Amino acid sequence: MTALPEKTGRKLGLAIDLDTCVGCHACVISCKGWNTENYGAPLSDQDPYGDASGTFLNRIHSYEVQPDFGSAQVVHFPKSCLHCEDAPCVTVCPTGASYKRIEDGIVLVNESDCIGCGLCAWACPYGARELDLAEGVMKKCTLCVDRIYNENLPEGDRVPACVRTCPAGARHFGDFADPESEVSKLSAERGGFDLMPEQGTKPVNKYLPPRQKDLLDEIDAIDVLAPLLEIKKSRNSGFIKWLDRALGKF
Amino acid sequence: MHPTPSIIIFTTLSGLGFGLLFWLGIGMPPVTGWEAFAYYFAAFALAAGGLVSSTFHLGRPERALKAFTQWSTSWLSREGICAVAALLVFGINAAGAVFWNVRVPVLGYIGSVLALGTVFATSMIYAQLNTVPLWKTHLTPVLFLLASIAGGALLGAHALISAMLLPVAALVQAIWWMRGDRIRNEMETTIETATGLGNAGKVRSFEPPHTGANYLLREFAFEVGRKNARRLRMIALTLAYTLPFFAIILAPDHWHVLAVPTAVVHLAGVAVARWLFFAEAVHVVGHYYGRR
Amino acid sequence: MKPSQPQIDTSPPVSDEVRKTTCYMCACRCGINVHLKDGRVAYIEGNRDHPVNKGVLCAKGSAGIMQHNAPSRLRAPLRRVGPRGSGKFEEIGWDEALDIAVNWLEPIRRSDPSKLAFFTGRDQSQSFTSFWAQNFGTPNYAAHGGFCSVNMAAAGIYTMGGAFWEFGQPDWDRTRLLMIFGVAEDHDSNPIKIGLGRIKQRGGRVIGVNPVRSGYNAVADEWVGITPGTDGLFVLAIVHELMRSGKIDLEYLSRYTNAPVLVNQDRNSAQYGLFLRDDQNKPLVIDRKTGRLAPFDRSGIVPDLSAVHGKNGIDHVPVMHLMARRYLKPEYSPEQVAKRCGIKADKIRAIACELARTAFDEEIVLEREWTDFRGETHKVFKGRPVSFHAMRGISAHSNGFQTCRALHMLQILLGSVEVPGGFRFKPPYPKPVDIHPTPHCKASPGKPLDGPHLGFARGPQDLALKDDGSPARIDKAFTWENPMSAHGMMHMVISNAHAGDPYKIDTLFMYMANMSWNSSMNTRGVMNMLTDKGDDGEYVIPRIIYSDSYSSEMVAYADLVLPDTTYLERHDCISLLDRPICEADAAADAIRWPVVEPDRDVRGFQTVLVQLANKMKLPGFVEVDGSPKYRDYADYIVNHERKPGIGPLAGWRKGPDGLSYGRGQPNPEQLEKYISNGGFFASHIPEDCAYMKPWNMGYQAWAVEMGFYDTPQPYLFELYVEAMRHFQLAAEGHGERQPPDHLRKRIVKTLDPLPIWYPTFEKDLAAEREYPLHALTQRPMAMYHSWGTQNAWLRQIHGWNPMYLPTKVWEQNGFAQGDWARVSSVHGSITVPVAHMAALNENTIWTWNAIGKRKGAWALAESAPESTKGFLLNHLIHELLPSKGDGLRWSNSDPVTGQAAWFDLRVKIEKTDAPEESLPSFASLNSPVGKGPDMLAWKVGK
Repeated sequence: MTALPEKTGRKLGLAIDLDTCVGCHACVISCKGWNTENYGAPLSDQDPYGDASGTFLNRIHSYEVQPDFGSAQVVHFPKSCLHCEDAPCVTVCPTGASYKRIEDGIVLVNESDCIGCGLCAWACPYGARELDLAEGVMKKCTLCVDRIYNENLPEGDRVPACVRTCPAGARHFGDFADPESEVSKLSAERGGFDLMPEQGTKPVNKYLPPRQKDLLDEIDAIDVLAPLLEIKKSRNSGFIKWLDRALGKF
Repeated sequence: MHPTPSIIIFTTLSGLGFGLLFWLGIGMPPVTGWEAFAYYFAAFALAAGGLVSSTFHLGRPERALKAFTQWSTSWLSREGICAVAALLVFGINAAGAVFWNVRVPVLGYIGSVLALGTVFATSMIYAQLNTVPLWKTHLTPVLFLLASIAGGALLGAHALISAMLLPVAALVQAIWWMRGDRIRNEMETTIETATGLGNAGKVRSFEPPHTGANYLLREFAFEVGRKNARRLRMIALTLAYTLPFFAIILAPDHWHVLAVPTAVVHLAGVAVARWLFFAEAVHVVGHYYGRR
Repeated sequence: MKPSQPQIDTSPPVSDEVRKTTCYMCACRCGINVHLKDGRVAYIEGNRDHPVNKGVLCAKGSAGIMQHNAPSRLRAPLRRVGPRGSGKFEEIGWDEALDIAVNWLEPIRRSDPSKLAFFTGRDQSQSFTSFWAQNFGTPNYAAHGGFCSVNMAAAGIYTMGGAFWEFGQPDWDRTRLLMIFGVAEDHDSNPIKIGLGRIKQRGGRVIGVNPVRSGYNAVADEWVGITPGTDGLFVLAIVHELMRSGKIDLEYLSRYTNAPVLVNQDRNSAQYGLFLRDDQNKPLVIDRKTGRLAPFDRSGIVPDLSAVHGKNGIDHVPVMHLMARRYLKPEYSPEQVAKRCGIKADKIRAIACELARTAFDEEIVLEREWTDFRGETHKVFKGRPVSFHAMRGISAHSNGFQTCRALHMLQILLGSVEVPGGFRFKPPYPKPVDIHPTPHCKASPGKPLDGPHLGFARGPQDLALKDDGSPARIDKAFTWENPMSAHGMMHMVISNAHAGDPYKIDTLFMYMANMSWNSSMNTRGVMNMLTDKGDDGEYVIPRIIYSDSYSSEMVAYADLVLPDTTYLERHDCISLLDRPICEADAAADAIRWPVVEPDRDVRGFQTVLVQLANKMKLPGFVEVDGSPKYRDYADYIVNHERKPGIGPLAGWRKGPDGLSYGRGQPNPEQLEKYISNGGFFASHIPEDCAYMKPWNMGYQAWAVEMGFYDTPQPYLFELYVEAMRHFQLAAEGHGERQPPDHLRKRIVKTLDPLPIWYPTFEKDLAAEREYPLHALTQRPMAMYHSWGTQNAWLRQIHGWNPMYLPTKVWEQNGFAQGDWARVSSVHGSITVPVAHMAALNENTIWTWNAIGKRKGAWALAESAPESTKGFLLNHLIHELLPSKGDGLRWSNSDPVTGQAAWFDLRVKIEKTDAPEESLPSFASLNSPVGKGPDMLAWKVGK
């Protein structure tokens, strides 16, 4: 229960591509939809048609990054439970409701044991847990544990709802314990990184950094155009002469 | 961190209650009969009242008993077990003292250890959290324990001990705050480590995920003005430590009369300090929301 | 303690049943799987087999369940009982509602059908609604294209016989460089996101041109933070660079465009600027092989781009000459345009270079044999892997048409249209302008209109003018003010009807268009026009009928409200006759069907139109004996034939031997076939027909078979649009139909047959010094118009909107987080919350579109942040330009198409104390549906 398993069979998690995420919130809502209807209590919304505030297991931030030179950049940043190997949310739980599954490393809350003390949310550096006000229990990403093994779903659909719906393909699901898995390879290729590594939580989920932007700002642009400019087509008559010669070549 | 009243009341009252129990357990004063009833009643009221208050912040208080199961890993679970054990031991102790005028010193010592253990466990709930750097220090249990036994001594009318403990507790509190002010500017976790985007440049929160509030913001993103904080610290030090100290020094002859009002003033001061304990604490998740 | 863990069921049942239909949370029309439990909607996900979204689904789509259960849903027909605009109604039955409508409409139809103005908003059944309007007989019909993106659509069709989004797409699988301009992040929603993901996966690059670096522009490798309204100039500078350096596809220009077509250069001729044509009216080129004139399509010729022709001493030069003359001018050099565009000259050159490098150095070749319209067989498709996409950002300007044309010219110069890796059309496009209808406007009492309302004007003869020269349409579409307004001008309807200019109307009938709020310019003015009374105490616009599913702001301004269903409760048809869901590789159409039955007294609007038509016995809807042809919309979808063998749906028709596709007789089982196929039909284009479609005879034959046209229609891309020259000629004094004098100069200037750039009109008028900033809106990806606001999940993401300010403006005015500002235009001012954004053009401010709501609408609480902190930019924009003192009402629109110039707006900003709520604020509307609940925990399963 609140003791962490020494080792999990698999390390299921997400690789989230910050270079590709367009910030559309598709994953946020498909998560809300699936997890309202499925695992445990529905994700409730208080004052939904007024000053609304509800429970969400996945939210997208956006940040502005200002490099030393050049334009500021905007990065969309989806964030949900990282299913940490050294999950502090699990060990603080007084009832054993929070646990990390031995077989796949998914961190779950057994809602019928949860007293809603909130301490796990305090212990989580990532804001991955939200107390549902209607149910009084802690909710968190289940990595769609009721989808990924679900034999009532077609095989291709046995992925978390957020991954299935992501239009840009910015979310990848797989086993990080397997170095040959798509997510492991992607993370290795693209320099996948941990959030708040100094917190020592050893997150399973990895983030793939945005590629370098605005390279054309630094290029001296004449190169491809230069060889042709010798023909002096900057005037109309020059252009027509060039045109005539060029046409003669086919 | 949001200064939730039920938790402030809990740590303040039960801290004082277990502090008083600690002294009673080691026989200071060695009370029996009606006197014992009065002391134990006060101590139980404070300790148990605090515990009851703490259940108000639970989403499912009816399942509170489940919290006793995870003593091997969870400080919250240990706190609960210690508290109940302490109350049980002191219950027997109190019954003996009140009804039969019998004191069993061994039971008292065990009770005192459990009382301190409870306060220690409470403090460790906070001190264990990497996510709240302000709390993550050995000084936090020291602070809680000193406040607890100093308050207990005050309420137990131990003039000399109080006069010695109060300045120490005040000093630890001051050091604790100074440390807090220092680390505020050298936190290891920043918006850059939170997002991992530091390599690309300076990071700023542009749009929050939702325009409205959410649980995380309500729970963690409390902000208190620096000026107000300084003022409140002075009030806390004055009420919790300075006034009681001078009351003892200046009116030693009337001490038995002053003990209870002084303890109340002290309690108010500790409550203010506890409010600040939460209100000034910054949870690292705030970095994701551009707050710190 | 050794960890132990609970046993959980990892294979719970997902739902009782999955019903597949088409999403309507925005205009994208993705396929959705609707999971039902106990007959109730439990979960919505994307349909993996669907050609549009291939399984993925955006935030809006997944939130459909909250739209379907929204407390703002109208529950029964409503008759107004309070004053207009109060929102006070009584619920009535459908019989009564239909009788009221018929009692208003039938007398108009008998006397003067043009007294009805019938305009539909986010209508996905335009081929049906226009058919209804045509049979009613009113000339006053259009959908919302005029205030949306008609510049984009019309420029595309006039230039290359197809357009972005619905009629074309980048070749996502092969393109190496995608350049997007002013893309509003929703047209087309999921396909663009899927495509961007695929490009990134392949290591391709994206250049985003947008004043704001959000959404797609945030993930673009290069960001061009252009100054609004200067995109055309930027594109022409790229054209200048490409031509100057010879980086253009001469073979493509010579074979497939009108670059070699000869143009009359005799200034004194009535033919000046028109094409040299042969006896059969075919444009002529010079064949490089023989040096002699030839019709453009003669087999075996090689059209010459440089040779000129002298005929009777008159010089005729190829279009290519005119282009060289114009675009090589120094005024289009990067240095000259840099300041105006807010882009460094070096960056413009670098982009031109990148385009050229990718197009020509990364050429791709697909080995597929095909034959062109001149009979020549090619072994390969040659690909230029550069593609473009653009949307409202460049189109909603008063120079938008020409800007869109400039962009298409750039695509064509690079030889990147209809080639592998470039931009590709989706069936039924490509389609030359010549086979599109022309506009029709002749109304007669009791009779249908003389033809379809909307079309593509080829010259002054096609204008919608009455015999006295006055506008025939209430919106003044197809007049000298905007001769090529192919989608009508919905934004002018209320303003013109109120002013009685060109004439007064009796009944305004609208569908799904929130005209008293976010769908209008000058919102407060529109509210006043809708409620204004004449000296006789009657409303100036006497009757208003409105149909909507939800309690929108516009409902309050109707006299009769016809409640529509939600998208899960209705039949719909996304038709090849209209705006289908095709892909570049497939013709496709789709349906919606009632996956659940309504629990309220509501009816699908199209069915209501059928019922009204039946009651009025409109031609086209009744048999000779007066009995109804169609029971409801579903019946129409299956049994209507636009011409023999061609109906609203192409799939599963009846052929001589079993089922047929494209052409065929109505099949009573057609809808069941669609339902069992997931709600759509797709027919794949053969591989050798997949590219070069306008000239590929294989494709042309396939298109004829499918029924897109009756004979092959190969054509040339029109770099030079002769139709525009016809309008210019009239303005220069030629021809019978003559424009009013005050418009001559403007027509000559703006209807240039070759793409040009000119400053937007508002900029002309609003002194740059007084209103130094541009102000824009963008639609957030998670919201669609005002609809998202009633959605309990989506409105938490965008519950209010700040005005985003660039660093320069932020610092100059000393703004801090939480501040408010007054933003003013020449037309009005708003007071709103502000926020800082560094990744923004330094002279531009912007906000999210349509987040602000009026109190009382959409079943929201009074405290909803949409109406306390949210706001509309619309209050600053007027449908008319500021008065020029000539007594004329100049519309704030593109002078070619009449597209509403939303993004011409210029403003100034000043810091102000925070008001109690954003300004202007309006009185609360009475809600005809009450308010939503205090708590939601929506779980239908046990």
